[in-house]
Amino acid sequence: METRELICIGCPMGCPLTVTLEGGAVTAVQGNTCPRGDAYGRKEVTDPTRIVTSTVRVKGGVLPAVSCKTRSDVPKGKIFDVVRALKGVEVPAPVSIGQVLLEDAAGTGVAVVATKNVDAKP
Amino acid sequence: MTDIIIIGAGVSGCAIARELSRYKADILVLDKEEDVCCGTSKANSAIVHAGFDARHGSLMARLNVEGSKRMPALAKELDFAYDQCGSLVVCLSEAGRPRLQALYENGVANGVEGLRIIGREELLALEPHIAGEAVAALWAPTGAIVCPFGLTYAFAENAAKNGVRFQFDTAVTGVKPIEGGWRVETSRGPLKARLVVNAAGVHANELHNMAAPGDPMQIIPRRGDYFLLDHAAGDYVRHTIFQLPGPTGKGVLVTPTVHGNLLVGPTSIDIEDKEATATTAAGLAEIRAKAGLAVKDLPLRQTITSFAGLRAHEPRHDFFIGEAAPGFVDCAAIESPGLSSAPAIGVMAAGIAAGILHLEKDPAFDPTRKGILDPKTLPFAQRAELIRQNPAYGQIVCRCESVTEGEILDAIHRTPGARSLDGVKRRTRAGMGRCQAGFCSPRVMEILARELGVPLSEVTKAGGRSKIIVGVNKDAL
Amino acid sequence: MMKNADLVIIGGGPAGLAAAIEARRRGVENLLILERDSELGGILNQCIHNGFGLHTFKEELTGPEYASRFIQQASDLGIPCKLNTMVLDLAADKTVTAMNRTDGLFQLHPKAVVLAMGCRERPRGALNIPGYRPAGIFTAGTAQRLVNMEGYLPGRKVVILGSGDIGLIMARRMTLEGAEVQVVAELMPYSGGLKRNIVQCLDDYGIPLKLSHTVVDIQGKERVEGVTLARVENGRPVPGTEEHYDCDTLLLSCGLLPENELSRAAGVQLSPVTGGPAVNESLETSIPGVFAAGNVLHVHDLVDYVSEEAGAAGAHAAAYIQSAGREAQAAALPVLCRNGVRYTVPSTVRPACVGDKLTLRFRVDNVYQNKKIAVYLGGACIFTRRRPVLAPGEMETLQLKGDLLRQDPAAGSITVTLEEA
Repeated sequence: METRELICIGCPMGCPLTVTLEGGAVTAVQGNTCPRGDAYGRKEVTDPTRIVTSTVRVKGGVLPAVSCKTRSDVPKGKIFDVVRALKGVEVPAPVSIGQVLLEDAAGTGVAVVATKNVDAKP
Repeated sequence: MTDIIIIGAGVSGCAIARELSRYKADILVLDKEEDVCCGTSKANSAIVHAGFDARHGSLMARLNVEGSKRMPALAKELDFAYDQCGSLVVCLSEAGRPRLQALYENGVANGVEGLRIIGREELLALEPHIAGEAVAALWAPTGAIVCPFGLTYAFAENAAKNGVRFQFDTAVTGVKPIEGGWRVETSRGPLKARLVVNAAGVHANELHNMAAPGDPMQIIPRRGDYFLLDHAAGDYVRHTIFQLPGPTGKGVLVTPTVHGNLLVGPTSIDIEDKEATATTAAGLAEIRAKAGLAVKDLPLRQTITSFAGLRAHEPRHDFFIGEAAPGFVDCAAIESPGLSSAPAIGVMAAGIAAGILHLEKDPAFDPTRKGILDPKTLPFAQRAELIRQNPAYGQIVCRCESVTEGEILDAIHRTPGARSLDGVKRRTRAGMGRCQAGFCSPRVMEILARELGVPLSEVTKAGGRSKIIVGVNKDAL
Repeated sequence: MMKNADLVIIGGGPAGLAAAIEARRRGVENLLILERDSELGGILNQCIHNGFGLHTFKEELTGPEYASRFIQQASDLGIPCKLNTMVLDLAADKTVTAMNRTDGLFQLHPKAVVLAMGCRERPRGALNIPGYRPAGIFTAGTAQRLVNMEGYLPGRKVVILGSGDIGLIMARRMTLEGAEVQVVAELMPYSGGLKRNIVQCLDDYGIPLKLSHTVVDIQGKERVEGVTLARVENGRPVPGTEEHYDCDTLLLSCGLLPENELSRAAGVQLSPVTGGPAVNESLETSIPGVFAAGNVLHVHDLVDYVSEEAGAAGAHAAAYIQSAGREAQAAALPVLCRNGVRYTVPSTVRPACVGDKLTLRFRVDNVYQNKKIAVYLGGACIFTRRRPVLAPGEMETLQLKGDLLRQDPAAGSITVTLEEA
């Protein structure tokens, strides 16, 4: 049996959660005051994921960089791999929202897309 | 060999350069910093003392009164911000009256015009926020406020217009007499001049002691901390308010500035490090404690920045202007009221130097200089026309102080021009407002990089190692 | 010659956009947004993290994406805007003086104005931090612009003062771009940021948060070389608790201030608590026909609420224009704040002018647990809601029924208070 201490992020209350695991499976979540806490506790200890937001360089744009995000969550442990994968990426302007900047970020199978329009320099 | 090297591009060095540019001579001004006005001249009370304070008979007293008298005409000739708002020395107890009277008499002896001791009623009519304890005040109608940057740039630009050269980022490490002049060792190699003017501020004693070791001079950096308050508090007082110096010390002053802020300070703390312009918690606490003595309910919550400057204090407490060694002219120990005295210091020191070298007047000398145009001062139609002619005046860069790109371009392309954020700030006020450059610094950096033809990463706050950007995203990953 | 507009919206960020969209939908044909930046969207353009729009769009968007939805709507509705345009003055008669490169200096005489200028960050000077003034001290927002829009790193070894959301977000952003964030210090005994941000921006990356700590010295004459933190008790640093951190950068995230210089110049009455205009139930300031919404009115925690509030301001501005400025001469009740309620928006209410519902927003002055928000009309309680926790970082929003507010014409005030649950 293993326990993990977390703070719930569901609301400002920030309930201190104790998640109990048995052989990698969650057997109990304690300390939550609502079902959101239970769900958060279970996901966070077994499969924590995050959206990663960053920037990519733009060539010939009105701005030298464009903001971007992973189109969906990636495993928390892969955050830095995703960012490193963006290091060498440079896209020509114009860039439009939703445009794919990197197909498969660091083997996650998740694409990185632009979150902003950047026009070409006139 | 250069005719004259002036060491130090503060207000004294620049005033001397400007006065010497009336003569036919090859003049070079050196400064260890990246710009004019980077030392004592940039961080002080920004006031023109009427001249009642300096001890009668001292050089300080003579040059203060003369400087103060020259200032109004000079402000027109050289186009810098100056406002004769008048000053008040507030006496907070009956016990202080003899000291107030003594100050008045010292001022009259110094030749200060219009001095008068006024009673409580008249004082409160002039300044409604004055403390209730006030019993009387010394009223000096010739007391004034000035932009210390504006004054220094005005001197420097007019000097440059008349042929004076400026070389920055050049620290003088030694001076040695040679045949027919002086060898000046610098961080950028040796230079030679027939005459050297030592206007090195807090470092002037070091140069003096190399040139005239038989007559040693000591300069103690005396730090003054200040608070600068927002425009919203700018009219809290309308005159420069001093506390009457007493047994507990000098007190702090509260004054409007020519740009509509309120300035409160300074402390007076003797230190050792001549570059230690850091404010301290104790210093700032001292101002907070003292500021309210003469002016009640001071809105210190409106503080937008605090800063500290160093005065070049000599234990004998007078200016030292004269030929310390053959061909080596001191302009040293220029502590307060140095800014007020600058016009007279320039004339005096330049006269000494010109006399030594038997310089001839240059008939081509142009005494005028035009400051950076502030479109806010123009009537609507003229301002509209200015933007039609130059659209850069239609683009606001600094929101807080409403500074346009046109003004910033002007500041960069002057001689000597702005090369850093602080250089732009001191010339145009971009970044000097209530947000303290939060919004405009990225924009000003872009303009500097574009106009100076350097990468954005090379733009500095104030020269040297003060780079603002250290790399690009992910470069260390 | 500049064409006049019936409605001028000062600011094209989330508030200005939402106000303009709603006013146009309600039939104001001749309106104009004046925006000082080179694009619409305001500060959202540099807030590239996700978490925006859960209330409005039921999905998590990044700041620029959230902005783009409103920009698109404004564009679809053909709402005109002038970019790179600075409003220099707003007069009491609503004359707007503005300028840009192409139109030069111009004046507009609108029937109504919506103030949507947003807010600015509290700079170092206002915090009275002693020490040198070298390069390397940035407000978090300035650093955010450099990193997120220009792609430049303002520092490699970072200390952050202030745990407001921008400070927390920047701790993660700087880390992900390769900087080392050593610590976030917070003057107060609690963070001003959202729990979610503390977990996902600090805990995820092992960045310590030091509550009740502040910066007491900054070292480095040219570029920041280090800062000294000390523990704070009763608002004062405790001697002997100083800790030195080597760093090249200090980021400040110490609060936002509504930007009301134009409002002040016009003579709009401002609240000493929020720094924003005092407004009535129609989000109308002390000058009839001048409305305010978003962070210029009071600093919000979520942009969704900014959009919602600004939409209401746009609707009220439209109604004002369409009624040709015939304002209701109805009695106005002050809203009194008691027991931990710092302020309310609106701060006065004319019950006769409230529609079906009145949205009332406020913040508390401390962290409270197990409280009940209660609203009184005169002496009668007209609303209660239990709140297990309230924090200064979170804005509270109440919907009060118009009928309830009108039930006692003799009532002299409305009171919002916290009570034991």
